[in-house]
Amino acid sequence: MTGDPLFQNGVDLAVILIVLVKVFITFAALLVGVLLMIWFERRVIADMQSRIGPNRAGPWGLLQPLADGIKVFFKEDLLPEKADRRVYRLAPYLSTIPAFAAFSVIPIGGSISIAGHRTLLQLADPPIGVLFLLAMSSIAVYGIMLAGWSSGSKYPLLGSVRASAQMVSYEAAMSLAVAGAVLAAGSLSTHDIVVSQAPWRWNLWQLGVVPFVIYLIAATAEVNRPPFDLVEAEQELVGGFFTEYAGVRFALFYLAEFMNTITVSAVAVTLFLGGPNGPRVPVIGAVSPVWFFVKLIAFLFVYVWLRATLPRFRYDQLMDLGWKRLIPLALYWLLLVAALQIGRQEGWNVGAVLAVAIGAGAVGWAALGAALRQSPHAAHELERSAGARI
Amino acid sequence: MGYLDGFKVTFRQIFKPRVTVEYPEDKRPKPPRFHGRHVLNKYEDGMEKCIGCELCAGVCPAGCIYVRGADNPPGSPVSPGERYGFVYEINYLRCIHCDLCVEACPTEAITESKLFEFSFTNRQDAIYTKDELLVAEDGRPRQLPWEDWRPGDDEHTSAWVRATAPSGVAEYEGRVAWSGELGYGVRAPEQGQTADADT
Repeated sequence: MTGDPLFQNGVDLAVILIVLVKVFITFAALLVGVLLMIWFERRVIADMQSRIGPNRAGPWGLLQPLADGIKVFFKEDLLPEKADRRVYRLAPYLSTIPAFAAFSVIPIGGSISIAGHRTLLQLADPPIGVLFLLAMSSIAVYGIMLAGWSSGSKYPLLGSVRASAQMVSYEAAMSLAVAGAVLAAGSLSTHDIVVSQAPWRWNLWQLGVVPFVIYLIAATAEVNRPPFDLVEAEQELVGGFFTEYAGVRFALFYLAEFMNTITVSAVAVTLFLGGPNGPRVPVIGAVSPVWFFVKLIAFLFVYVWLRATLPRFRYDQLMDLGWKRLIPLALYWLLLVAALQIGRQEGWNVGAVLAVAIGAGAVGWAALGAALRQSPHAAHELERSAGARI
Repeated sequence: MGYLDGFKVTFRQIFKPRVTVEYPEDKRPKPPRFHGRHVLNKYEDGMEKCIGCELCAGVCPAGCIYVRGADNPPGSPVSPGERYGFVYEINYLRCIHCDLCVEACPTEAITESKLFEFSFTNRQDAIYTKDELLVAEDGRPRQLPWEDWRPGDDEHTSAWVRATAPSGVAEYEGRVAWSGELGYGVRAPEQGQTADADT
């Protein structure tokens, strides 16, 4: 319960070196992971569209993202005349750095010993791990919003307005879903959450599937992936918030986008799928990062699958789903989980708790329905004006 | 399943055959009347068919053909008639492959092959002269260094004209009314283009 055992015997040079090495490995692994993710996404989506996908650079086209990256780094870095120069230059970093930072609290495996020091296989295990994740995903909004705003151009602005509204809306549902996992573990530390799920008490079924599904939907919206990619809807907004960007800065946004996809998948694996927990495999040995990566890749496949399958949401549908469905449901489920938790501690009758919860849920659902129906005219007007503004 | 049916569809696609043709390695079969680059044909005895009448140059909407006729040298005639094509040049930066030159030609001297992959790197190479256009001793088109062929690509040198010749008159479709070619003799009507075919 006390974080990384690395720091228990004070901090000396070896500890600092180990931390630096971990930072470097995480950084490099994330960059390579993004390259592989881009390749993976392009190949899988090509498979789903009866195409072949990149297959020229390197074996199976594995080096294609690298080639694209090299190309984009040699391109001219444009600065629009009307751009707010300082903010325009700052925005890509505001979007990339949180994407990197968020991954640092993801536990990849158990712990290892380096030169007599035991350390967890995760860059950092702050006692506020989950809060840190939520904070990073909130900061990422600034990158996107400022990028669109500082471009001095209308399509990026529209994209960034959409982005801020969408990300702020879905963050609420996502946080409520994540809170369930925190409640079950009784800790905000990601390491403790993973430990509490060992070996098969995964939050996926411990909490009921609902928080997981809510997290999946909200996280997809949070990272602006299809079907929630209104932020960069090519058909409507040219390129969305990064329309005016080129060269390295564009690459940074692209990097952040894929890194965020990897990070939210890793968070889902950590919070709901038991992280690196899994059956022991004779050859590989103890609890290993292998299970983490297997789950991660499966999750990433789901994201690509979603992209290949679903058409983009309309803006009002997006807001409806977020505010009128996901948030009430997430809130209800969180209360239900909390009630069951307290009931278990206090020795209440589980059946009675469930009955009250279902009753309260029905009342709440009816009240919500009535509230939404109450003044159809006003609601319609509101929707219309909202639709006209966005 | 309603909402989730789409996921089944996309997942099943993974196991279906790809529609992509990996182009430089694999090539699609070309249609019978494909308009590629031109060839200047010869008779079976090796005489050139071109008589230097300049009808092709006259009809060309892109103005890409330049022809100059000359009298056949009495001792060693180049073509069976009185005159022959002394200069024959086609600028492929202008040619739109409309095949009007082929229709206009009274002797089926100029036809279009199915070769289309010639990526020259300077303007001079884009102008094909008689040296490049005229078929070789075996009746096949000459391959230039920048042309990308596969074996067999050069066999179809006059498909279009044999489909409707002479002069594109439709009554001749499927009837052999054209002269023989060096290396091939009198070619049969193209498959799928004959009058008695079920197409």
